[in-house]
Amino acid sequence: MKLPIYMDNHATTQMDPRVFEAMKPYFLEIYGNAASRNHSFGWEAEEAVEKARKQIADLIGATAKEIVFTSGATESNNLAIKGVAQMYAEKGNHIITQVTEHKAVLDTCKHLEKEGIRVTYLPVRKDGLIELDQLRDAITDKTILVSIMYANNEIGIVQPVEEIGKIAKERGVLFHTDGVQAAGKIPVNVIHDNIDLLSLSGHKFYGPKGVGALYVRRRNPRVQVTAQIDGGGHERGMRSGTLNVPGIVGLGAAAALAKADMAEESKRLQHLRDKLKDKILNNLDEVYVNGTMERHLPHSLNLSFAYVEGESLLMGINDIAVSSGSACTSATLEPSYVLKALGAGDDLAHSSIRFGLGRFNTEEEVDYVADKVIDVVKKLRELSPLYEMAKDGVDLSKMQWTAH
Amino acid sequence: MAYSDKVLDHYNHPRNVGSMDKNDPNVGTGMVGAPECGDVMKLQVKVNPETGVIEDAKFKTFGCGSAIASSSLATEWLRGKTVDEALQIKNTDIVNELSLPPVKIHCSVLAEDAIKAAISDYKGKTGAGKTAEAVAAV
Repeated sequence: MKLPIYMDNHATTQMDPRVFEAMKPYFLEIYGNAASRNHSFGWEAEEAVEKARKQIADLIGATAKEIVFTSGATESNNLAIKGVAQMYAEKGNHIITQVTEHKAVLDTCKHLEKEGIRVTYLPVRKDGLIELDQLRDAITDKTILVSIMYANNEIGIVQPVEEIGKIAKERGVLFHTDGVQAAGKIPVNVIHDNIDLLSLSGHKFYGPKGVGALYVRRRNPRVQVTAQIDGGGHERGMRSGTLNVPGIVGLGAAAALAKADMAEESKRLQHLRDKLKDKILNNLDEVYVNGTMERHLPHSLNLSFAYVEGESLLMGINDIAVSSGSACTSATLEPSYVLKALGAGDDLAHSSIRFGLGRFNTEEEVDYVADKVIDVVKKLRELSPLYEMAKDGVDLSKMQWTAH
Repeated sequence: MAYSDKVLDHYNHPRNVGSMDKNDPNVGTGMVGAPECGDVMKLQVKVNPETGVIEDAKFKTFGCGSAIASSSLATEWLRGKTVDEALQIKNTDIVNELSLPPVKIHCSVLAEDAIKAAISDYKGKTGAGKTAEAVAAV
């Protein structure tokens, strides 16, 4: 077992060596510009791109023509939301999203608000899911887009995507979903789930960083987006710029591997995740699971360890890579807005750890992590004035704190 | 985020962890911070009432590695000082000793507040110097 252990697969994933092999020829041997129409260098590059396009389409139940290559999901989210807002400006100026979206969606919506678009940010329940009735009530005749992520990157819950798609379709509103954490991990089908636009990112499912895609539906209805990057009209006029051929080849290879291995891999990872969760919950008191486990990614776990602060916990498990919702771990000293939205209370946000298991994690690693976490939490609770007070029966919620 | 060796040392081998009887007339207890902020420090001092010397200090902290180190260091420095000398400890001294980066300076401020709060609590018990210094004033 090699240290340090990587268990932060929501942040990024190691590239699969098979993806790396697939990409190799496209740096030194097949290096043509895929848009060079007049020679074999270009044709070979184009062929590789089109193969990858099909591989990605197959992963999500789309057709190849519906896949637009981008530099990653942040760009895909920008293209989807700004692209729809601009293309359908005459139809309406209202967008509906929700409070636990990734910043790539939230910041894009904030930008559009400055330009006069109205945005509704739906709250979430304690379990992390949106209320479908609230979505229904929020739709007006000016609504042009609903954007709700498939699965959440911090707490791993899976939104009721199929129902959201149905509601949007009934009301004639386009449905975009940030599929970054779901694509390649759980079955995603854009037809079954009534999805009109979907963002995905290569480096989240063992592909390269710097490349992603946006699915843009062509039938029932035909969706159009205004390009955000101009210059040559590549990708059917939706995204100009010379294609990142090696990156795209890697994205396609990663998608194909994910599709082939998904059923077995998700079963294995769920077993490991459950082992981690059960071991920790059975050996420590006052540990809370953030987000409902009923609709949840198989490889993801977010726990709050009461009375222990997240960054000090990370310091104690310094040979394990995970992340925390604690303010001390963020550059802006703000605690996780996702955990806040669950209504957990800032103190539990500060005490949270996110575990993201992946293809290369082993059972041995899970045992090591569980043992280490249990050990460090116990040590830190001995240092904790809050744990001491709680054990003495003090009601911490009634305390008068001298905040600074 | 790289930690200084001294911060790591205090984190791995914290000094003077524990609790004293807060009802002891010679013990001053300061509790500063708030769980919602991610930082709570409890600092206690045991003062010799005749000499005014702090004979023992203990701490417990809910917070990041820098917060734990700041409060651990504070207890180290407090032992052997008189109450008045203790009030001279500045957060900048802690920053320099632990090489705290700018984003962690507030941890040292909280430690200074904790020292002042503990001393103020002790003085309040003895009636010595009822200065109305607000406990852990912002």
